[in-house]
Amino acid sequence: MAGELVLLDFWPSPFGMRSRIALAEKGIPYEYREEDLRNKSDLLLQMNPVHKKIPVLIHNGKPVCESVIQVQYIDEVWHDKAPLIPSDPYQRAVARFWVDFIDKKMYELGSKIWKTKGEEQANAKKEFIECLKLLEGELGDKTYFGGESLGYVDVALVPFYSWFYAYEKCGDFSIEAECPKMIAWVKRCMQKESVAKSLPDQEKVYEFILQLKKVFGIE
Amino acid sequence: MSPSLLHKTETTMDEVKLFGFWASPFSRRVIWALKLKGVEYEYIEEDLPYNKSDLLLQYNPVHKKIPVLVHGGKPIAESLVILEYIDEVWPHNPLLPKDAYERSVARFWAKFIEEKTQPMWDFFRKFGEEQQKAIENNYEILRTIEEHGLGDKKFFGGDQIGIADLVFGMVIHMLAPMEEVVGYKFIKADSFPRLHAWVKHFSEHPVIKDNVPDYTKVVDFLKIRREFYRNSQQNS
Repeated sequence: MAGELVLLDFWPSPFGMRSRIALAEKGIPYEYREEDLRNKSDLLLQMNPVHKKIPVLIHNGKPVCESVIQVQYIDEVWHDKAPLIPSDPYQRAVARFWVDFIDKKMYELGSKIWKTKGEEQANAKKEFIECLKLLEGELGDKTYFGGESLGYVDVALVPFYSWFYAYEKCGDFSIEAECPKMIAWVKRCMQKESVAKSLPDQEKVYEFILQLKKVFGIE
Repeated sequence: MSPSLLHKTETTMDEVKLFGFWASPFSRRVIWALKLKGVEYEYIEEDLPYNKSDLLLQYNPVHKKIPVLVHGGKPIAESLVILEYIDEVWPHNPLLPKDAYERSVARFWAKFIEEKTQPMWDFFRKFGEEQQKAIENNYEILRTIEEHGLGDKKFFGGDQIGIADLVFGMVIHMLAPMEEVVGYKFIKADSFPRLHAWVKHFSEHPVIKDNVPDYTKVVDFLKIRREFYRNSQQNS
C-alpha cells in the first residue's frame, strides 16, 4: 500500500497544496519534486500527456492527475488514517458539491483580481467576496467544513489563503474585513501542521505574482 | 413555508425525484444512471430558461440549474456529483470500478469530457473563422479522448457502461444533432474508428436506446438555437 510516492508540483500552486495537505494529514511519506513550468520535465509530460500540468501524484509508477482526484485517491488508499471525505453518501455529495463550486470559482476569480484592472477587476472582487460569503454560510458554526476535523472541502479551499495577500494588494481590498468568519476558519486550519507546512509564505506568493505581471506585461 | 409547499416536500425516506430538462445532456445522464440501476423516480420537467420552478430554485439556490436529484427530500446538484451519489447508494451495476487507481482514471476521463463538453459545442455556436477554429479544436479533443481515454476498450468503463460513458453520451444526444444542423460530421469510421464503434455500442445498449430524447425534436430545438446564435453574432 505504501510503495513509492512522488508528487510533481510547483510551490505556489494551490492545487498542489491540496495533495500536500492530504498526504501530511495522513502522515504519508513521499518525494516532492519541484517542476520548472517553463521547462517541464520529461517525467511530467510522460505522466500527464493530456494536460501536461502539475500536480501529478505518481504511486508505484502510475500517475493520478487532477488535484481533486488525487485527494480522493489518497483518502481511499489510506482510508484508515485521518479520513477527509465523509462516509455518509449524502454528506459526501454535499462535500463534492462545494469542492466543485470552489474549483469553478476561486482560481478564475482570483486570477482576474491580479490580472485585470478597472471594471473587470471590480466585478471579479465583488464575485470573489460573494463566493467566500456563500462558503461562510456553508461553514456555519462548524470548526471546519469537515466538522470537528479537517475535511475534503477544507483541503480544497485553504490553499487559496496563500494567495489572499497577493489578491488584496493587487485588488486593494481586505478579505478579512469582508469575510471575518472565513479568516477565522483559515487561522484554525493554519494551526494544523499539515496545513501550515504545505502552504507557502503569502509574501513569497505576492512576489511571484509581481514577477508574473512583469513577464505578462501587466501593470 | 406555505402548506402546499410543505405537502410537496413531505416525502418518504426512499422517494427519488429528478428535476431536468428534456434536451439537456446533463439531466439525461442522470436518467441513464437511474435506469441502468433500475431506480424508480419521479421526473419533473423544468421550463427552461425563463420559467424555473420555485422548487428548483429552493433546491439549488447556488447555481439555480438542472439537474437536481432529490432523495428523501434532500437535494443534490451538479450531474457528476449526482452520478457518484447514485453509484454509492445503489451500488449494483456499478458506474465506477472498485480499484482505487482505476477509479481515479474513470474520474479523470469523466472530468475531462465534462470540461470539454461546452467547448465541443462551439462549432455550433460560432460562425466563420471562429467556427473553423472550433472545428479544429474538436478534432484535437476527440483525438485525445480516443487515444488516451477509450483506447481499445468497448466502453470507457470496460465491458460495461461507466461514469465516463454517461458523460461522453452527450455525443449521441447533442453533438450528433448539432452536426446535422451545422452540416458537419466529426465521428466517422475513418476519422475516429474507436469512437465510431463506441457510438454504435452505446446507442444500441437497451437502456440507452429506450431513453434518448426524440432526435427530430432535438434537431428542431437546435435549429432555433442556431438562428439565435447567428442573430446574436450579427448584432454584436
